Amino acid sequence: MTRKRRRLYILVLFLLGLGTATALTLTAFQDNLVFFYSPSDIVAKADVPYERNLRLGGLVEMGSVERVSGSTEIRFRITDLQHTIPVVYSGVLPDLFREGQGVVAQGRLGRDGVFHAHELLAKHDENYMPPDVADALKRAGHPQGEADPGR
Amino acid sequence: MIAEIGHFALLLALAVAGVQAVVPLIGAARGDVPLMQVAQPAAVAQFGFVATAFACLTWAFVVSDFTVAAVVANSHSAKPLLYKITGVWGNHEGSMVLWVLILALFGAAVAVFGRNLPPALRARVLAVQAMIGVAFLAFIAFTSNPFLRVFPPPNDGRDLNPLLQDPGLAFHPPLLYTGYVGFSVVFAFAVAALIEGRVDAAWARWVRPWALAAWAALTLGIALGSWWAYYELGWGGWWFWDPVENASLMPWLIGAALLHSAIVVEKRDALKTWTILLAILAFSLSLVGTFLVRSGVLTSVHAFAVDPARGVFILAILVVTIGGSLALYAVRAPALKTGGLFAPISREGGLVLNNLLLATATATVFLGTLYPLFLDAIGGAKVSVGPPFFNATFVPLMVPLVAAIAVGPMLAWKRGDLPGALARLWAAGVAAAVAVLGTLWLAGGPAGALLGLGLAAWLGVGALVELAERIRLFRIPASDSFRRAVNLPRAAWGMTVAHLGVAVVVAGITASSAWQTERIQLVRPGETVEIAGYTLLFRGTERVNGPNYVARRGIFEVSRDGEPVTTLYPAKRFYPVQGMVTTEAAIHTNLVADLYVVIGDPDSGGTPGGDPRVLLDAPADAAWAARLYYNPLVPWIWIGCVIMVLGGALSLSDRRHRVGAPSRARRPIAQPAMGD
Repeated sequence: MTRKRRRLYILVLFLLGLGTATALTLTAFQDNLVFFYSPSDIVAKADVPYERNLRLGGLVEMGSVERVSGSTEIRFRITDLQHTIPVVYSGVLPDLFREGQGVVAQGRLGRDGVFHAHELLAKHDENYMPPDVADALKRAGHPQGEADPGR
Repeated sequence: MIAEIGHFALLLALAVAGVQAVVPLIGAARGDVPLMQVAQPAAVAQFGFVATAFACLTWAFVVSDFTVAAVVANSHSAKPLLYKITGVWGNHEGSMVLWVLILALFGAAVAVFGRNLPPALRARVLAVQAMIGVAFLAFIAFTSNPFLRVFPPPNDGRDLNPLLQDPGLAFHPPLLYTGYVGFSVVFAFAVAALIEGRVDAAWARWVRPWALAAWAALTLGIALGSWWAYYELGWGGWWFWDPVENASLMPWLIGAALLHSAIVVEKRDALKTWTILLAILAFSLSLVGTFLVRSGVLTSVHAFAVDPARGVFILAILVVTIGGSLALYAVRAPALKTGGLFAPISREGGLVLNNLLLATATATVFLGTLYPLFLDAIGGAKVSVGPPFFNATFVPLMVPLVAAIAVGPMLAWKRGDLPGALARLWAAGVAAAVAVLGTLWLAGGPAGALLGLGLAAWLGVGALVELAERIRLFRIPASDSFRRAVNLPRAAWGMTVAHLGVAVVVAGITASSAWQTERIQLVRPGETVEIAGYTLLFRGTERVNGPNYVARRGIFEVSRDGEPVTTLYPAKRFYPVQGMVTTEAAIHTNLVADLYVVIGDPDSGGTPGGDPRVLLDAPADAAWAARLYYNPLVPWIWIGCVIMVLGGALSLSDRRHRVGAPSRARRPIAQPAMGD
């Protein structure tokens, strides 16, 4: 085994690994990038991304949260103070889910215009404003978007 | 007064580190021994000063000195003592002091235990270590002074984020930092070797214990963090591919690769430049991790700092450290002589495969973690990369790795015999087949579970087969085998144990992701819920008062086949100081599976979601949303991690790894390989 041969083997192995990883990564990327939208983004969009996995962020509209009595289903609206989107979620709400607070919902937008969330992110800190939400609010001209998102 | 002493000590440490970063380096360049010898006392003094500062800060937290801003923001007089102490590092400023404390501790350890290191190498290692110390001490001094006073002092503090008031999380940061910062020693050794232009077996032997210690601490830190996320966040999962988690996983993966490639340098004098690169990358990724969680780029429970000046400062440290070391590497690495040759099928070849797979896996995690930040920074779309991406890229890379772990140690150095090794692994093959068929018989799939459990059995039994070969079990009388086992180097035991740990982790991950059962349901007092053969009778809820919280907890009587098993009390806690509600999961484990219960909110007409009054004042007969999980083998994930750490500790206790033990005398390195 000469030094050159060994180098060649290592190089081939390396390229093989790199190639596999690149191929896997690119396919996985295509399918698994989850885009973030604010309610205004969705309203403004010409081809609304129905039935695709996406994240919807904004504030939980005051007075909009209600439980469908006798079930674990929760209905509320996400607003960026320009537009609102109704959301349904079934399950246990995160501890920091509150009216008037920032939230990011991951799920699908149904053809009926209702967002079906399978995951709600409102976590870790009550002052926490998801950066995407803060940004969306800022674009909608809301002062809370300017506020310090952390402590 | 105490706070001022602490602040002063911190500044003294900065000054000492400044001297330590420059003088020994000049001494080593000139061959001037007195100048080189400045390094050891400086390293010890630096540690002394940082320890003083840390002690002063801890004192301020323990006595609730509310004239100190960090104490006001993160403590409260009613907080239990344990969390007053852990609150020291539960905030940005204090956590950076802890970071520097561990850095200085490692520096002092090199100074004290590295007596047998060549003086020039030791001087250079300590100087590089001190440069890192200067950067971070300056960061603390100029952007995040932990001893800042407030006037007038408030009557009480704002308390620590209740999520952090938890024993599991109390020790997560020190362990994680020990891992991160431990790689700084390896990094310093790598940079010193590049300056010297010399890497040999002795160098690898000096580096391995530090890499091992750092990696073991990081393993424990990550496991603890994941365990915390499992029982505290109430989502029933243990790993979320959250950027913050990924930030700690990347140095772990590269650290594991480094551990293995250093063996090749030590035994075969090959893979030298690659090992140096891994040493640089392991610490660079630790810094990237620190940057990601400390700069406010990511928002999470870890992101204490949102001051842009801090982010810029850490970014500058990052650019200088990584850029500088990689530039040095580019200039000096080609000068390092390459050593031993080996065939692709050999012990070295196996370790190269390990390195390639681990490095590639790190690259995919890096891409998935930083791509959204990158896209956002250039003004592109806002995206997130979720678990499906990582599952699709990371898992396929781990499959061949786990399969190869059993084979690698069976191969001889230099030139191995793959068919022979596979033939000797017949028992592992049988075990894998039994696992696959057994899984198919009992659970009927899914395919991923068959593969995962098959691999776990293959690796577990494979590791034991390797051990049996070493002690020649069943080939020589049992007493001789026993004697061989006792005399086996601890490092060999360490490897077997660590690989067994990997097998246990793989089994745990596989089973818990394949067969987790979830049930979300509204339960009324007196109703029962069935999950995975267990019956849970909901007895209603009661109010409980804690030291600094009030809670409402549910009472679930668990039975199986009519036999009572236990009573679970999942709770919602309200911390009035921070106005925050937390979920406390109730878990019943028999080490084979976990029964996991959390309660949501009551169906009592109030607005659902986090309103403490609705939670605490719900009528006794209210129905509550409950979420139940049955998680098979999930405890094995953490048990396996502990076994891996145990393997690391065993290996670390090997005499040959005692720091500085071997001299640098030129020994013939190319010993005849086994089986030649």
